[in-house]
Amino acid sequence: MSFLSVIYENVTDWAPRMIAGLQLTLILTAGGFSLALLMALALEYLRSRQNAAVRLLGRIYLALARGIPILVILYLLYFALPAAGLTLPAKLAGIIGLGCVYAAYIAEVLRAGFNALPAGQREAALASGLTPLQTFWLVLLPQAIRHMLAPLLINLTSLMKDSSICALIAVPELTLASREIMSESFLPLPVFMLTALLYFFMAWPASVIARVIDHRLRSYPPRSVSKMPDVKHAMALS
Amino acid sequence: MAADILLDVVNLGKSYGDFAVLKGVSFSLRRGERVALIGPSGSGKSTCLRAINYLDPPTQGEVRLDGQVIGRRSDGRRMSDLELAPQRAEIGMVFQHFHLWPHLCVRSNVALQPRKVRGLSHDEAAKLADELLAKVQLGHKADEMPHRLSGGQQQRVAIARALAQQPKLLLFDEPTSALDPELVGEVLTVIKELAGEGRAMVLVTHEIAFAREVADRIIFMDGGRIVEEGPAQSVLDDPQAPRLKQFLTSLAQRERGDG
Repeated sequence: MSFLSVIYENVTDWAPRMIAGLQLTLILTAGGFSLALLMALALEYLRSRQNAAVRLLGRIYLALARGIPILVILYLLYFALPAAGLTLPAKLAGIIGLGCVYAAYIAEVLRAGFNALPAGQREAALASGLTPLQTFWLVLLPQAIRHMLAPLLINLTSLMKDSSICALIAVPELTLASREIMSESFLPLPVFMLTALLYFFMAWPASVIARVIDHRLRSYPPRSVSKMPDVKHAMALS
Repeated sequence: MAADILLDVVNLGKSYGDFAVLKGVSFSLRRGERVALIGPSGSGKSTCLRAINYLDPPTQGEVRLDGQVIGRRSDGRRMSDLELAPQRAEIGMVFQHFHLWPHLCVRSNVALQPRKVRGLSHDEAAKLADELLAKVQLGHKADEMPHRLSGGQQQRVAIARALAQQPKLLLFDEPTSALDPELVGEVLTVIKELAGEGRAMVLVTHEIAFAREVADRIIFMDGGRIVEEGPAQSVLDDPQAPRLKQFLTSLAQRERGDG
């Protein structure tokens, strides 16, 4: 395990840039995920509207966000938008790009979570005179959240890992920071091993927690419990 | 005379595209009166009940509660769920499958509406919930979660939840159809007790003996229309319409076990 000793010898030298990179990775993750959650809620709201044109708009968005690679979206935001007169800082472009793509996945998680509830839950709440907003906050969301927590956590982890793509639009997050350290030190194996370990130990606890949540959810008896049809979720739990 | 009328259902209809489930149903309910809707499955009786509080908004006709038009604004346009909320709060509904909220304990199931809609304090709502739970013989279950209760107990909680609204009118949508036979009695007992208090109710039910006992009037529906209606006694013992005679005969046969 010679690379471990190399890491040990150089860690004080690399640490400042690695930590700065790590911070940026966390900022991209937090920003991207918050944006994705907000947009997913908006998309779900669009889908629930009666108006066919509004619903179509939501469907077109979902198709685009799923059908274009994240990297191409980042290039569009960072390189193509300035040509149209709008220049975004790299960090902001990264957050927006990640948020736009993950909004589509998270919208699916929200929809599955609410669809898992029997229609009678909503009907009983509305029939008793609760407003639609009260019905959502007091009756539907507290139940649906049980179905959503695990897949949301999986998506958060995925987004954190995907944020490394922002290296390609010059955001000096963890991956780009490591690349720079590597090109100065000429020690690719130790540097990227350290990078891989850092990512892994951020992602792994989340997937363990997600599995625990999922297990507890399954042991919660009411009828409405059903598995999420989310591919990423299913893969991460297998 | 008109002041005596609590609920007025006028020419109520419901269609899905070309398919009409409800074809112009009219009846009215006086204060304290109880009406049972009976009929074969698919006759439109549940749709009719769910049209009264606009859970299934009717496509034709009008519902008036205490003279106030339900579900439509003065310009005739349909109300949103938000606009409907205060009107629905005056109508308690009990569902076939209970629909208790599984994330709330029994007491909170009953206390939620009084607290959030009628503005009672936390303590007042809890006290009201405990009183109503005692009334349906479930005072000792207040802290349980709904899924720990039997079907009959869950339905009694659902009845307490509806009562907590202090509704002018109670709607029962086949309240015993999802229950094991030995649990039906405890739910019917509670409903009979409420009937004894002179509460206005519309009941959709398959339990003919129960309808006879509880309802002042019986409405027999078939094919989305009212076929016959009248005092419980006369409708059940002296049916006029051939379709009703046939229906009652087949029910009686089934009860004897040779249908």
